[in-house]
Order: sequence, then C-alpha cells, then structure tokens
Amino acid sequence: MNVVTMKHIGKTYHLDAVDVPALIDIDLDIRANCFTVISGPSGSGKTTLLNLIGCIDQPNTGEVIVAGEAVQKLPDDALSDFRARHIGFIFQNFNLLPVLTVEENVEYPLLLSRVPPAERKKRVKALLEAVGIPDKARNIPGQLSGGQRQRVAIARALAPAPKLVLADEPTANLDSHTGQAIIELMRQMQRENQVSFVFSSHDPKVMAEADDAVMIRDGRIESIERREPRNGGAS
Amino acid sequence: MKTLSLALRNLLRNRRRSLTTMFAMVIGAMTILLFGGYSRDITYGLQTGFVIRGGHLQIQRKDFFLYGSGNPAAYGIPDYQHVIDVVKQDPILAPMLKVVTPTLSLGGIAGNFAAGVSRTVIGSGVVVEDRNRMRQWNDYRLRINLLPSALTGTPMDAVVIGRGVARVLELCEPLAVADCPPHAKIQVEGGASAPPDISELAALESRPAAVKGDTRIELLAANAHGAPNVASLRAIKAEPQGIKELDDMFIGMHLAQAQRLLYGTDKPQVTAVVMQLDHTNQIPAAKARLAELLATTLKNSPLEVQDFETLNPFYGQALAMFGAIFGFIAVLIGAIVLFTVGNTMSMAVMERTTEIGTLRAMGLRRAGIRRLFVCEGLMLGLIGAVVGVLMSLVIAWGINNSGLTWLPPGQVDPVPLTVRVWGETRLIFGTAFGLAVIAMISAWLPARRAANMQIVDALRHV
Repeated sequence: MNVVTMKHIGKTYHLDAVDVPALIDIDLDIRANCFTVISGPSGSGKTTLLNLIGCIDQPNTGEVIVAGEAVQKLPDDALSDFRARHIGFIFQNFNLLPVLTVEENVEYPLLLSRVPPAERKKRVKALLEAVGIPDKARNIPGQLSGGQRQRVAIARALAPAPKLVLADEPTANLDSHTGQAIIELMRQMQRENQVSFVFSSHDPKVMAEADDAVMIRDGRIESIERREPRNGGAS
Repeated sequence: MKTLSLALRNLLRNRRRSLTTMFAMVIGAMTILLFGGYSRDITYGLQTGFVIRGGHLQIQRKDFFLYGSGNPAAYGIPDYQHVIDVVKQDPILAPMLKVVTPTLSLGGIAGNFAAGVSRTVIGSGVVVEDRNRMRQWNDYRLRINLLPSALTGTPMDAVVIGRGVARVLELCEPLAVADCPPHAKIQVEGGASAPPDISELAALESRPAAVKGDTRIELLAANAHGAPNVASLRAIKAEPQGIKELDDMFIGMHLAQAQRLLYGTDKPQVTAVVMQLDHTNQIPAAKARLAELLATTLKNSPLEVQDFETLNPFYGQALAMFGAIFGFIAVLIGAIVLFTVGNTMSMAVMERTTEIGTLRAMGLRRAGIRRLFVCEGLMLGLIGAVVGVLMSLVIAWGINNSGLTWLPPGQVDPVPLTVRVWGETRLIFGTAFGLAVIAMISAWLPARRAANMQIVDALRHV
C-alpha cells in the first residue's frame, strides 16, 4: 500500500518573464511505513517534490494522492486540517516556535487536531522521552543545541501520529556526529511509530539507511531504488 | 495554545517595540480622557451656572421668549401663584422639584443723577429666599460654594448691580469695585446758549450735590400701561456677572419692588415661573407632565415651557464646540493609533514570515493566522487603553488637587480647575473600547496579509 501516489506531476515556477520547470512528468509512489530518501543535486527539484507531497504547494499538472485523498481537490481549510492530521514536518532550520517551551512546541499540533488535554500531556511526555530530551520540557528552543532542537522538531512532527513525516535536509545544519544521531533517531521513530518518512538529503549515510532511494535530476526522476523494508513495512 | 497566550508571548518577544507602540496608545488614551474629562467638567460647570440662575424649566407666557424683552410687562402671568400651586401640588412633578419660584424681568434706564450718568439695564425681580435655595443645586458635586444672595435680609429698595453698571454709574468707590480706574470726564461741548428763561428753569431743577458714600440710583421703566415709572433704589453690592454684556446691564432686586415698578397698584404679575429640578435628566419627564398640565388644568392661561438649553443658547453652542474639538482629537488619536499599531503588526508579520509558513504547514488554518495577529493588535490596544485610563486617573487626581483655579464662561467666581475622569464610566469605557477596536482594525490588514501568504514562499523567507 502506498501512502503517496504522484501521477504525471509537473511544476513550473514563473520567475519574471521566464518559466522555470522544477518538476517534469513525475510518477512516484511512496510506500507506507518506509524510510524514503530523495536525493539529487541542488536545484534538482527535491524541495519542490517534498512540498507537493506535503500538500503545501500545488502542481501545475498531474495528480497527488496522499493517504488515499486526492488533495488537490480539497479546499484550503480542509487541506490545513488534512495536514494537521496526516503530515508531520521537520525543517532544516528546525522552525520551532521560539516563544513556546519544548513541551508546548510538541503539544501545538495536538491542539490543532483538538486532542483532549489529558491525552496531549501523555503523548507529549512519551514523545519527549522517546527523542531523549524529557528534561528539556520546560526549556525554550533558544536554550537548546541544534541537535536538541531537531529532536524537538521530530517529536513535534510525530505528535499527531501522522501517516507521513517529511524532512527537508534535516541534518544540513548539524555537525556530522549529531546529524548521524538524528538520522538514527528518525529511523527508530519511523519503525516504532509505523510511519512513512520522506526526506531529502545529499548524505550517502542517509541514502544507505533508506528503504527507498529516489534520485532526481533536473526535475525528472533518474532512478528509484527500492529495498526490502527493514521494519516489515508494506511494499 | 490558547491564541491569547501565544499572542501575549509574541508581544513580549520584541518588548521595546511593543512598549513603544503601547506608549503611543497610552498617550492617546490619556489625551482623549483628560480632554474629555476637562470638557465634561466645563459642561457641568456651565450647566450648574445656568440651572442656579434660571432653573431647569421656566413657565412663561406664550411668545415671551421671542418677543417679551421689548415689553416684559405685557407678557406677565397674572395668576402665577395658581400656576405655582398647581405645579407644586402635582403628584408627578412634586417629587422632582427642588425650587419653584416666580421671577419678573424688566428693562429700563438706571441713573445716578447725582453724578449725571445713566444707562439702560435689564432687571430681574426675584424671591431672595428661593434664589438662595437654588444656589445650593450642585448635582455634579462641583467644588463651588456660592454664598447667599447679597439681597438676603435687605430692605425692599435694595438692589444688586453688575460691576459694569456700577462702573458706568460711577459707584465704584462706595461699592468697593476693583478694576475701576479713574478716568477723565468728557465735557460735552455746548451748542448755542439756551434762552435766558430756559436757563433759569434749568437752574431751579439743578441736580443735588453728590453725597460721598451714597449709592442711591433711580430706575426708570415703562409700566404695564406704557407709562414711565421711576423707583428710587439703593445699590448694596456690585457683583460680576461673568459675561461683560450682562455685567454692564444687570440689576437684581426684590420681586415685590420690581412688581411695584411695573404694575404699580395693579395686580402684580411675573414673567416666568422658574422650576429647578433635582436632576437635569428629569427635564424630559417634567416637560411632558407640564405639557399635560398646560393642556388641562392650566389650559385657560396662554403659557409655554422653555428649558434651560433653549433659554441659554450659549450652553448648546459650548457643548457643540467641545464636542467638535473632542471629536477632532479623538479622530486624530485614532489615526495615530491606527498607523502605529498597523506598522508594528506589519513588522511583526515580516519578521515572523517563516513562522507563519511553519504554522500553516502544521495545519493552522488561514483564519487561525489572522486571529493570532488580530489578537496581538487587540491586546496591544487593550493594555495601552487600560494603562492610559489608569494614568489619566492619576493625572486627573493630581490636577484636581493642585489648587489651580480658572473662570469658566458664565461663572461669577473663579472655580478650581478640575478634570472629571473618575466616575465618567461612558467616557472611560468608550475610550478604552474605541482604542482597542482601532488597534484590532489596524492589525487586521497585516493579519490578512499573513494569512494569505503562500506556505512555500513563507518557508523560503529569510
């Protein structure tokens, strides 16, 4: 079963008077409960592809189906609710809300999904323990290291129990040691939470960890390497 | 999270900018409240002055208000005591009444023939005890303490005159009028010499020599039949009347004296029955009841009722003027708040563009983003307004206890300078609510811009 299906996707940016094709005729399936890495050189269209999968951008052509829903047909509010329920985001710059504490940052998506307070507290506590920073619950992001912030971001992305977590170069702003730890954590979280992780990366170590490796160049998929899922996910 | 909590934390994020914006709002709120309190105090002062002098309502003979000043005696109310009795005994009016008293207006020429000077005057005959009770009306608790009328306990021929009248009639010295500088008398150039027989007659009627300290004056007025009548009166005091025109013409006397001058041995009349109510807001009810009485019990008398605002057009003009100035200031402050808060919120939106993209990506709806920024604007407005109200109360208290005085228009004596903010619930809440709403409106446009951002563009923002 696929968590994402993309058919004949095309995306073109209009820069002044010039049309710049970012994605050309993309056909891609993202398998459920798999660790998928999208790799490619800068400007190849990785981020655009992630944005389309994450339902925060719309293709010019083609169809995107996420968690069984043809998301292009959803109105804006419904699409927002859909994202809140089914998609988690991990950003390169962490993008935590600086005025909220760590636990409040993790709790925020649960508020959007209208999870009852008692359940929220329980889930936040469990997630912070799972990502290894239960002692930082009352800290604000400014008091944390880069690695700790990314752990918070991972916990936040997993908070609403999404079907899909997207991470755009999540280790780009971390040193190699911390980056490796974060990749391992994401892998662990992906296995434990039975969720699909899709992220873009140049890192060969990340590529080596992936169930599926998608190579993209000049807006086209160059290759898709599918391996046997290490967590027993559906193929 | 509780949008309010998040909004408050965001405001505290850039404390200096938030404080600067709030400071502008505090100044704005203080300006509106202090000027509003000041103008409110003037309004109450004016109203109190007019109500003390002429009551809330006057029952007059029909058309007296428009035409009576030319011949007051012809517009008298013959059976005025009956009118007073009806009013006082009416079960609806009685609980509202503080004073009901007759008054007689008259015009004439006052002369100090010993000094060879005279001038036209407007006189008023009053029941002194009633007037003294009217002077105690102070519904707005102004810091005034009016002494009883100088006519209290005086003989029938005693009069109080305006300082301007005293000056023209050359009574400054005996009445101890200040601001009365000595002046050179202008000698009227004579024309051709009068014939000898006329000169002899004139010499026989020559004016008596002025007696030092004498304040006797003569008042010439037309009686009810149009014939001239003269009363010999004694000025006991010169009082400032607040307005120069009135000060130069006023002469106050006992009602009986004025009636004797105008009606002689005829049945005495008055030109108005003055009614002072407990509270100004009772005017509509009292007027309505009086209209019923005039149409029933008093239907045989051609009477009408005038309220103090009609009798004193200056009151309405002053109210309108202060209203216009207040409105201008309020609009100006509103515009300043609008642009200040709008600018602050625009900067906040710009600085937090990535954050907006993140929130939207996580599933916050456009309305949620809008609500967040509008909420921040509203909080800025509310906090600024509340601090502004508190500051205004403190400053108003300081002014009210500073001992400063001023002479409001229409008042006789200087009154303490006061700013009425405390207790003016409508003014306070109106200002706070207005500023908060303006702040919210000014945050609306940046909030809308934030809500309409494309998520990917917002996330790309550096």
